[in-house]
Amino acid sequence: MLAALEGAVTAAVLALTAIGLSLVFGVMRVVNVAHGEFYMLGAVIAWSVATSLGGHPAIGFAAALVIAPVVVGLLAAAADMTILKRINYDPERTIVATIGLLYIIQQVTLMTYGPEARPVEPPFNHRLALPWVEWGEQGLALYWPWGLSTTSYKLAVIGAAIVVLLGVWVMMTRTKIGLIMRATQLDRDMAQAFGIPVERVYAIVFGIGAGLAALGAVLIVPIQQAYYLMGADPLLLSFIVVIIGGLGSLPGTVLAALLIGMSDGIISVFFSPTLAKILATLLVALVLVFRPQGLFGTRAA
Amino acid sequence: MLRVEAINSGYGNAQVLRDVSLDVAAGEILCLMGRNGAGKTTAMKTIMGLLPLMSGRITLDGQDVGRLPAHEVARAGIGYIPQGRRLFTELTVAQNLEIGLMTRKSGPHVRTRVLELFPRLSERLNQRAETLSGGEQQMLATARALCIEPKVLILDEPTEGLQPSMIEAIRDVVVRLRNEGVAILLVEQRVDAVLALADRVAFLENGILAETVTPERMRTDAALLKRYLGV
Repeated sequence: MLAALEGAVTAAVLALTAIGLSLVFGVMRVVNVAHGEFYMLGAVIAWSVATSLGGHPAIGFAAALVIAPVVVGLLAAAADMTILKRINYDPERTIVATIGLLYIIQQVTLMTYGPEARPVEPPFNHRLALPWVEWGEQGLALYWPWGLSTTSYKLAVIGAAIVVLLGVWVMMTRTKIGLIMRATQLDRDMAQAFGIPVERVYAIVFGIGAGLAALGAVLIVPIQQAYYLMGADPLLLSFIVVIIGGLGSLPGTVLAALLIGMSDGIISVFFSPTLAKILATLLVALVLVFRPQGLFGTRAA
Repeated sequence: MLRVEAINSGYGNAQVLRDVSLDVAAGEILCLMGRNGAGKTTAMKTIMGLLPLMSGRITLDGQDVGRLPAHEVARAGIGYIPQGRRLFTELTVAQNLEIGLMTRKSGPHVRTRVLELFPRLSERLNQRAETLSGGEQQMLATARALCIEPKVLILDEPTEGLQPSMIEAIRDVVVRLRNEGVAILLVEQRVDAVLALADRVAFLENGILAETVTPERMRTDAALLKRYLGV
């Protein structure tokens, strides 16, 4: 149960990060290798915002929750307009370009923020004991075993992730900007022939994708720490999730994030984190062999 | 209305069109004919701004649209019905129309009018575009272009692969639009359809606009068809 909860926290943050990657790939057909660095930037900006603002940790955290995704989103949009647009969104060249972006962001962070891992204080953090049922003398009874507990913050992370994911889903299916993004995804030329400024849509999508990664990172820094190399793991896991879920499929991405996050949490607790990664990678290989379009992907026409 | 002056264009370094000039007046149907690979679709895409203009000018009512970014060409009032329909397949009929309506921020009366022209679409508003029959898809592609209240309508082989009743329906709409004063540029392969509709016929040969003639001339001069179409 404890393992499942830890897994759910991982899954929640992973879902946010992966949905950003999936959105960018789905609409723009760009494999964003720098995605993990936008995640890391989110965490680092969260730390600097939280520490520069005094007072109760909740104030700093709330500010970080807003500022970090916005700043990262704007940075990403700028990167899109200055780099990706220049190379015409060519699939191979964007991979190389985003690898370059990865190192630039990473090294600039190392030079300015430094190599230390720094924590951000959670806005609230109550210990919650969890009940367990057992067959006692008077039949079924609840009791609170020692050590079985979580924190209110972890539950809040899960809740926040669900809210944001629902928000993304509503944006894609119910709003005008979502309609424009989907039209761009389906047929770029025809979108242009019907007055959709595709380049601006791309910049916005790239920004939103990076912003979602940053948001995931802000949520995780009170649990983990902000560190300049922290982007590698989420990048790898996001790719795993996106491949399993089907490139560009949002529901598939969320489901795969749940699957990978939960199994990662559970296996890490009972066996070892390495085994969890091995199994996830094995799963990717199996999916690629037996269902290359992903569990929920549609075959490219 | 739409005036194309000496345009050169193509794909990357491969030039397809060489100094092509043509013009379409309001309330006129100009048919563009030519063999496969002559540059008909390339001409349409260039007008829509989807292919870069190497040189030449494209104007709409005197406004230079050839140098506009692609998404602003449609906003100037050119409706495009591409070859193969190119609908937003995963979106519903209503959403496809909405994209059209957003282009020039057309009001709800435009939607009502378009649905009156194609009543079958109003029965299928919540259906995904890819689930429609071929004829219905062509209707939707036409309706989507009409949603922008075009001054110029560009149709690229709209009747390809359709059953006769559908061809008839599309043709009626085209004629109706012409009578309302829309300039129509039509790419068509079937000679009988061209003869029935066209006010003028332009022949493209290897990327060069060879000749523009009247349908009467086409009817009488069999050598024309032999030379430009090989029939």
